[in-house]
Amino acid sequence: MSEVSVETKVSEQARPLRAASKLKVLWADIVRNRVSFYFLAPFMILFLVFTIIPVLTAFGLSFTYFNILESPKWIGLSNYRLLFIDDDIFLKALGNTLKFAVVTGPLGYAMAFLLAWLISQIPQKYRFFYTLCYYTPSIASGVAMTVVWQYLFSGDRYGLLNYWLLKLSFINEPWQWLEDVNTILPIIMIVSLWMSMGIGFLAFLAGLQNVPRDMYEAGAIDGVKYRWQELWYITVPAVKPQLLFGAVMQVVGALNVFSVSVELAGMPSPLYAGHTILTHLHDYAFIRFEMGYASAIAVVLFCMMVGLNRFIFKWLGNKE
Amino acid sequence: MLATLSGSMVKGRRVDWGGIILYLILTCFALLMVAPLVYLVSTAFKPLEELFLFPPRFFVINPTLKNFNDLLMITGASTVPFSRYIFNSLFITLASVSLGVVISAMAAYPLSKHPMPFRKQIFSMIILALMFAPAVTQIPQYLVIANLGLMNTYWAMIVPGLAAPVFLFLTKQFLDQIPDPLLEAAKIDGAREWVIFWKIVMPMLKPALSTVVLLSFISTWNDPGPAMLFTTSESMKTLPFALSTISGGTGVIAQAGAGAAAALLTVIPSIVMFVISQRMVLETMAHSGIKD
Repeated sequence: MSEVSVETKVSEQARPLRAASKLKVLWADIVRNRVSFYFLAPFMILFLVFTIIPVLTAFGLSFTYFNILESPKWIGLSNYRLLFIDDDIFLKALGNTLKFAVVTGPLGYAMAFLLAWLISQIPQKYRFFYTLCYYTPSIASGVAMTVVWQYLFSGDRYGLLNYWLLKLSFINEPWQWLEDVNTILPIIMIVSLWMSMGIGFLAFLAGLQNVPRDMYEAGAIDGVKYRWQELWYITVPAVKPQLLFGAVMQVVGALNVFSVSVELAGMPSPLYAGHTILTHLHDYAFIRFEMGYASAIAVVLFCMMVGLNRFIFKWLGNKE
Repeated sequence: MLATLSGSMVKGRRVDWGGIILYLILTCFALLMVAPLVYLVSTAFKPLEELFLFPPRFFVINPTLKNFNDLLMITGASTVPFSRYIFNSLFITLASVSLGVVISAMAAYPLSKHPMPFRKQIFSMIILALMFAPAVTQIPQYLVIANLGLMNTYWAMIVPGLAAPVFLFLTKQFLDQIPDPLLEAAKIDGAREWVIFWKIVMPMLKPALSTVVLLSFISTWNDPGPAMLFTTSESMKTLPFALSTISGGTGVIAQAGAGAAAALLTVIPSIVMFVISQRMVLETMAHSGIKD
């Protein structure tokens, strides 16, 4: 407190000198801690080259026309105008991605938490079996699993789903699950949900197993009677940091939908029914080589992810 | 006496019912989650006549290893043998995992234990980087790799993914809860930072590093992306990328079985990795929370 008041009293003339000496102190501090920076260097250099600079470059390129062969031409906001006003396919992709995110984001998140909580209620020795069952789908190669989905959702009578639906006479003729525009997106959602018990699920599970016993005992004294009360008033607040981590991972995952769509519905999917922001980006970047336009798509996606996560931070972060 | 006895019995029975329902829900979900994987295993061992049986069968009747044989034959006939894809994937994954682990641990150590300037700012930047997917940076990454002349090299598929924010984040969070006195003692002994890092910090980080190994393994082993972007030659392609081309020709009957066999071979290593590391992974994830 006193330091702050001293600083405000410093006269205008002394400020540049002070700033210079501050820099000097900082530099001395850096030199004194140079070993720390050596340790940090490999990560930071790679992070700079492959994350920070690419993000900034993407922002820069999004205002240009760039086809790799010629150098980028500045065209201002044209890419964004084109994207949001004239590109119907982008709007379709945006809609699909949002629909996907709104359904799989919260549902996958809730499922991961609920299953992790249920697992934490059973004795230690049985937990691993269930954890393995739920977690394995998320680490099974998506490309590899295509073999299964193509059989399950096959459009002819040989498809398992069609076979049973026909047998139980829910439908009269085989349904083209992966070719029909009405079922492509729902199936992408179902397969993604199947794969969604990932790192967030593990974080919940680990957090739930480490809630201190005495918190529940204290809760029981304070009048907690039912399991749901225990869950809501004790468990959830105790694992809040893990919930925040899981939420961040879930948001990124939900907006990052790409490979499942390509593997199931192809690229481009029939009538763009499975088209997402990332497939649109891939189309323009690596098939048409319109890097400027594709960068604008990347920037939009970046802003959606970071914006939504900032919102979640405000909402789930430490309010107390 | 009787009242309390019957009371406890009723209570005992009620708890039992709760337990049964709990296991019932857990088991139903488990079956649902495992079913596609079981089908994959079963299909990989199906002989030709069972692959296109009508009505379709979930389980295999007469298991055979023919599909695995076919896998070698099919790709033996094309320009690149299947073993080449396996080698590429193994090499890239091993390099990514080992380099990624060391780089993340090295960065986490000063961020967690040194009173260095900017540590707060650097860590906030890492948190910010957790908030978006690497996919949004793929265009400039592609330009960087192309301009460095790294197209069609192993480097292109290893280096861009090494500095993953989530690896650093998990390692740093884990290191944060390890008490300082151990390190202080070594410092008083006059051990140099590098020695402290290798001899004391690395062994203490074992659970966190196992987690980074698992996550790095899964993402490198399963992702066809880098091979799709950074290679044009068949001999540089990785297993998941090759898989998408094998199963692409589903019309060919013989390839359906071989495709399942290849898929099974791709899925197994990830599961093995998790089974080995699960205890340490859960220990690490307990500290994964973001506390702001």
